[in-house]
Amino acid sequence: MLNYDRLVFEQSVKGRKGYSLLNNTYPSKYQMADLGAKLRLKTVPLPELSELDVVRHYTLLSQKNFGVETGFYPLGSCTMKYNPKINEELAALPGFTRIHPLQYPSSIQGTLKIYRYLSEMLSEIVGMDAFTLNPFAGAHGELTGLMIMKQYHLNRQDFKRTKVIVPDAAHGTNPASSAVAGMDIIEIPSTASGLVDIEQLKAVLNDDVAGMMLTNPNTLGIFDRNICEICRLVHEAGGLMYYDGANLNALLGQARPGDMGFDIVHVNLHKTFSTPHGGGGPGSGPVGVKKKLAHLLPGPQVKETDGFCYIETSAESIGRVSGFFGNTLVWIRAYAYILTLGKENIKQVGELATINANYVKESLKDDYLLPIEGPCMHECVFDGLLDKSTNVTTLDIAKRLLDFGYHAPTIYFPLLFHQSIMIEPTETESKQTLDDFIAVMKTVAKEAKEHPDIVKEAPHATLVSRIDEVYAAKKMILTYQDYLEENAKINEVK
Amino acid sequence: MFKYFPHTENDLFAMKAKIGIRNTADLFRDIPENVAFRRDYDIPSAMSEIELRKHLEALAAENKTPIVFSGMGAYDHYNPAIIAQLVNREEFLTAYTPYQPEVAQGTLQYIFEFQSMVAMLSGMEVANASMYDGATATAEAMFMGLAIAKRNKFLVSATVSPFVLDVIKTYAHFRGVEIVMVPMKDGVIDRDELLALIGDDIAGLIVQKPNFYGIIEDYTGIADQLHAKKAILIENNDISTLAVLKTPSDDGADIACGDCQSLGMPLAFGGPYLGYMATKKAYARKLPGRIVGQSFDKNGKRAYVLTLQAREQHIRREKANSNICSNQSLMALYATIYLALMGPDGLKEVNEMAYSGAHYLYDELLKTGKFFVAFEQPFLKEFVVKTSLPPDLIRHALDEAGMFAAVVIDETASGMQMLLNFAVTEKRTKKEIDCLVAVLGGLSC
Repeated sequence: MLNYDRLVFEQSVKGRKGYSLLNNTYPSKYQMADLGAKLRLKTVPLPELSELDVVRHYTLLSQKNFGVETGFYPLGSCTMKYNPKINEELAALPGFTRIHPLQYPSSIQGTLKIYRYLSEMLSEIVGMDAFTLNPFAGAHGELTGLMIMKQYHLNRQDFKRTKVIVPDAAHGTNPASSAVAGMDIIEIPSTASGLVDIEQLKAVLNDDVAGMMLTNPNTLGIFDRNICEICRLVHEAGGLMYYDGANLNALLGQARPGDMGFDIVHVNLHKTFSTPHGGGGPGSGPVGVKKKLAHLLPGPQVKETDGFCYIETSAESIGRVSGFFGNTLVWIRAYAYILTLGKENIKQVGELATINANYVKESLKDDYLLPIEGPCMHECVFDGLLDKSTNVTTLDIAKRLLDFGYHAPTIYFPLLFHQSIMIEPTETESKQTLDDFIAVMKTVAKEAKEHPDIVKEAPHATLVSRIDEVYAAKKMILTYQDYLEENAKINEVK
Repeated sequence: MFKYFPHTENDLFAMKAKIGIRNTADLFRDIPENVAFRRDYDIPSAMSEIELRKHLEALAAENKTPIVFSGMGAYDHYNPAIIAQLVNREEFLTAYTPYQPEVAQGTLQYIFEFQSMVAMLSGMEVANASMYDGATATAEAMFMGLAIAKRNKFLVSATVSPFVLDVIKTYAHFRGVEIVMVPMKDGVIDRDELLALIGDDIAGLIVQKPNFYGIIEDYTGIADQLHAKKAILIENNDISTLAVLKTPSDDGADIACGDCQSLGMPLAFGGPYLGYMATKKAYARKLPGRIVGQSFDKNGKRAYVLTLQAREQHIRREKANSNICSNQSLMALYATIYLALMGPDGLKEVNEMAYSGAHYLYDELLKTGKFFVAFEQPFLKEFVVKTSLPPDLIRHALDEAGMFAAVVIDETASGMQMLLNFAVTEKRTKKEIDCLVAVLGGLSC
């Protein structure tokens, strides 16, 4: 059934039904029809299917997808590690799923305790003093952290600090989050190896700087050895240091952002702490801060006195950034993950992830262009094929990998190189898996020389071949209704 | 070794040899000695799966799971069994954002179906691939409105949920957007005050339906008043109610947004939920977040792909109107499966049952003589009443009875009386309502 090509709307048959509800036993005088003109005129054209129709449709759709359990997923900067099954089961316990966010604290001590315990464990792991678990995702954590940074200066009546320093090698979310938080960006060029250029930094440090955002290890997988100096310079200029936790996995057991001098940190629970990515979410982006910023954390906040947890929002809080307490069931999974690893194992994560990345890097550098020598951390970056005489691009290589049953690495990021291939193997992958992947990467490099068309036309073994992105952007067929209208147009022409 | 780490001693030996190091410390030589972390984290020791299960089960048992009779943005609707089974399929659960469409047609197609269903429910032309929750979706809709109207001042109705309003205010404060509240009268937006506030400097107005008090407000004519001043209307809705209520499109809204939790998602202490955003096709390029479009592959096969990406942060960086990077993809799948199961009739029945139950409860509460009419206004599944009973007394009695209801939303609504929130979904029975009324009716000051 891999050729299954129906939309759920195309499976609809009038009169089919996939649900069962209670009988309505209320007195018959209570009729919604009494709302009259408040009601919509036309019935919603949702599809009508039996329960099995629905189950089969989405089962077939799932088979068109590739997940971490399907195969190796070396997507750089995304930390596609194994998502433990037990965490799914525990987060689904009725005690966690059947509680209302406005229940009184005495009736939700279990979840509030997890909020506290996880906040404390994250504080210890990244070297901060207080955490909020409310932000929904990494970018949402960035926005929250920058709001805290801005409010800190506003509270000190230091109104001219409106600028955030962002290196050009940063993730796109960094400058975007700064802008959304109402701050201006000073982009500074990085050194050839993507590190912070100290002289460039000094040149922009001024009394209008609110702070600096930094990913360390950076987007090239390299740890910035000048980190303490960078933090000192920014602090001396009166700014705060923001740590983008996208690459935190490398640091587990090795170093803590708080010890380096960072004041604000966001953590991607869906990366470092193994919660599933869900095809793009729900994630979770808790934000940690040093003590002097703790009162600014968003509300609602979970506090504790003598073992009793309660909900409160400090008067100086930046305000709410989420309807309630963030993606609760996601942070419960992360809590289970940290307890499973415990202090004995979590400290090994950074080391094993780093060994894996360096092993891939060393094994591929005879076939792919390694732009920066020396050890990397949790991920490595190549600049396309070593042999530039073929006209095979990074996109071609990525598509060819799909034919061999691998997800592609991150491509064309970081922007420092034209043909970036960013590989992050994570600590949960074995040497055998890496060896197989390395062999395939070498095969593709060989194909690029000997049979470039095979690579350029890839993928061949997937359910669909390369997709016309220009058509999608031009036609803007964004709904089934659009599709029907476009089809009608095509038929008319015929 | 540990169960999630596959490295044997032999593996590590061979890998280090290939890398050319004797000691893994060599890989971390860039970390300055003064910040190198040389101790164990002060966190608990590793738990076996058996210990972990006991620990989490004990914590879950510290939560009470009452019969829910309140809403305020989180509704106890029924979640059909097949949804959890399907969304937990690893191909959906453990995939990333669909950057490689050839191996992500599953994700891309259900997002396309989700966008289609949101458009159907809201009556709007296009929808995005989802937002974090209803509150952030509304704040993002405001940013979108600023970009459309190219003005910097937004009106917000006083009948918008305070949880949504707080997020709007936070986002607005930091972005430097001026928020002006439009007062309410009898539980609905004050039309005279509104008209006086709609000036040439207004980017738009944010309203909610049903509003925070559960009232189905009549927004007829407001969109025209706004459009006359080149301002826009943003309507926040509980999406489940759009199966039966006049749509934001009927109301002339330019952007529809809100939460999809009511599509059978577990209460889950507030998340993960799912925000949605829909608009007119003319504004599609101003939408934040991911959008999926239909196209064809090289062989002419119908296929789906992320599209209009030139709007997004990874391309536009600081010039992007939103920093949103992910969506709540798996929850969008949840909503899509729910809607496919319920169909047009099921969702209507859900609302009819909720309507009957809520109005029955309302009348029965008034009959006790301890609860009073707060507003003479139409409602669907959620309403407020007034009482003079002390909140602690109510809370304690309901707690004893295993019920969650009567959330105090305004302690000084009118004199000594408080406003209480109630909501009824299709999960509640007449018997449960009778129990609730018996408990509340038996209270005295």
